[in-house]
Amino acid sequence: MVDILLISLHNLHPSYGMLLVYGQVNAGDHALDKNVIELQGVYKSLPDHDILHDINLEVREGEFLTLLGPSGCGKTTLLRLISGFDEPTKGRIFIDNKDVSGLPPHKRHVHTVFQSYALFPHMTVYENVAFGLRCQKVALAEMEARIADVIKMVKLEKYLQRKPSQLSGGQQQRVAIARAAVNRPRVLLLDEPLSSLDYRLRQTMQIELKQLQRKLGITFIFVTHDQEEALSMSDRIVVMQEGCIEQVGTPRQVYEDPQNLNVAKFVGEANIFEGEITHLNGNNQVIVSILGKARPAKSRHHLVSGEKVHVLVRPEDVRVWAPAEIEDAKDMFAGSVEEVIYKGTTVDLMVRLENNKLIAATEFFDEDDDRLEYKMGEKVWVNWTPGWEVILPHEHE
Amino acid sequence: MNMSNPFKFFSLSMVWLWMFIFALLPFCLIVISSFMKHDHLQIFQASVTIDSYKQLNNAVYFHIFEKSFILAGISTLLCLLLGYPFAYVIARMHGPWKNFLLLLVIIPFWTSSLIRSYALIAMIKTKGILNAVLLGLGILHEPMQLLFTNTAVVIGLVYNLLPFMVLPIMTNIERLDTRLVDAARDLGANRFTTFKRVIIPLTAPGIIAGSILVFLPSMTIFYIPDILGGAKSILLGNLIQNQFLVAQNWPMGAAVSVVLSLVLVLLIGFYLWATRGSKNRELLT
Repeated sequence: MVDILLISLHNLHPSYGMLLVYGQVNAGDHALDKNVIELQGVYKSLPDHDILHDINLEVREGEFLTLLGPSGCGKTTLLRLISGFDEPTKGRIFIDNKDVSGLPPHKRHVHTVFQSYALFPHMTVYENVAFGLRCQKVALAEMEARIADVIKMVKLEKYLQRKPSQLSGGQQQRVAIARAAVNRPRVLLLDEPLSSLDYRLRQTMQIELKQLQRKLGITFIFVTHDQEEALSMSDRIVVMQEGCIEQVGTPRQVYEDPQNLNVAKFVGEANIFEGEITHLNGNNQVIVSILGKARPAKSRHHLVSGEKVHVLVRPEDVRVWAPAEIEDAKDMFAGSVEEVIYKGTTVDLMVRLENNKLIAATEFFDEDDDRLEYKMGEKVWVNWTPGWEVILPHEHE
Repeated sequence: MNMSNPFKFFSLSMVWLWMFIFALLPFCLIVISSFMKHDHLQIFQASVTIDSYKQLNNAVYFHIFEKSFILAGISTLLCLLLGYPFAYVIARMHGPWKNFLLLLVIIPFWTSSLIRSYALIAMIKTKGILNAVLLGLGILHEPMQLLFTNTAVVIGLVYNLLPFMVLPIMTNIERLDTRLVDAARDLGANRFTTFKRVIIPLTAPGIIAGSILVFLPSMTIFYIPDILGGAKSILLGNLIQNQFLVAQNWPMGAAVSVVLSLVLVLLIGFYLWATRGSKNRELLT
């Protein structure tokens, strides 16, 4: 099943499978058990509401940690608390086991790559990169060696004497990273650094950033609202919503085993069915009734018989069958194709079930099933492999 | 330029015509008369000579030039020292207070600067308000002589010209991206380094524009040295005025004007050179 998943994830995003392998290598390379940053009960409050609510988080040495959430969820505020531009209303922040409350930004050994890059327009690339080292009064020889090193790493050797305005977006991005990384911070904070790049460049920079992080060996805390970016780059993802941390986990944990509906809906697409537990078979095995059909399923949540639940199925796990392909429709749902979107590597379908529920299905082109010609209004049967759904306790939406 | 639009054509040609008749022509007349021969009976004799310029090559005039430069320089520096922090504070403010403070900067323009300079006499004369207050507070034991000194001229110049320093610097600071300041702090720069390495260079166009807007009038305003400096303080402005109106030596006055214009053109040239490639020019764009 892992293989199948890897293949399907690979289809989702061409670099994903590769990065997953990198992630495992990475985990072996570094001692991931030491915490470089620790947040304990951190609040940031305005008079009428909390921007951040009881944040507890440990950032491990050398990891690529992503803060993922919609805009306004407090992820940038969290970054500003770590960098020292804001102070928490309550709670404590530790960098290298040292409480940093009251410490101004220039005295914290973390650096930020700003969303707009904030390169100094009156300085050349070289001067921009040298800025931090000059502030620390690093000796000239060492400064030049370190700059040469980092410039080589970001491949900007030819542009040292250019002004930022003479560089492309991707090059400016690299200067911003070099400018921060040359100071060898304990942690590099990246505030949506890819959001102003166009789609193709963003894809390239995602891979470059990840490679750079491995080469530098610096802990990255990366802020984004783009779940695809988060999944493809991170060692761990922190999913945030309205000032709270919803889930912390590896990309796979967050995607395949979301903690709650918010996470499920924000990370990736999800079809959500209302269901009811009819039997408990022990060992996490349950029978769940969805739209009147009883289906076996697995859940690690503690459930009781008769409990209402949400059943979550990812579009790529939904299989769509033509009536001719079906012999036994016992655990299948009847529906009709309402929308067909051809995406090149996949075909996305919107299927209207008989109870009027609309579900999304992503079908892959593969050798076993080259029948991906769907017509609008075509009657189909829909199911998914038992065990691939996620059962979540019922929440009031 | 596209001249197809009649309104555009009309408004532009009116301005050009106005500038041609009332600025360019008089200036040409000045240049021409500076090369004429001085005559006590007529305005000048119609014979070309460079006598006036030769006469300018004289220690007395050099001294006046030098003194004007120094006083204008001091006034500009004082305006900068007083104006920059003020401009910075206003630029970083929001809401009604900002508008109120801006209003305070602009209010003096509502009265004639000549009248305000007379009002300054009441402030700084020996039995004036300033001395009365300082004596009353026991800070001074005898009144200080301020009026008719160079200090009085500088006070007058700074008072009159401060808004010209504040406004361009303010617009420049308003446009400064605060994220650059954050970035500098983040990279380990303390407040002083941030100010020196990031804020000052990025607001340099405003500083230079303000300095020129203060320096140029400082060199040429003749009534402030006249009123506040008394007869002792002859600066370039008074010199020109005296040559034209008192000494009736038009060619000489014209020659001084031409030299002064050349100096000012050089300064503006310096401004253009110093701000080349910058998008934040406050002047001459």
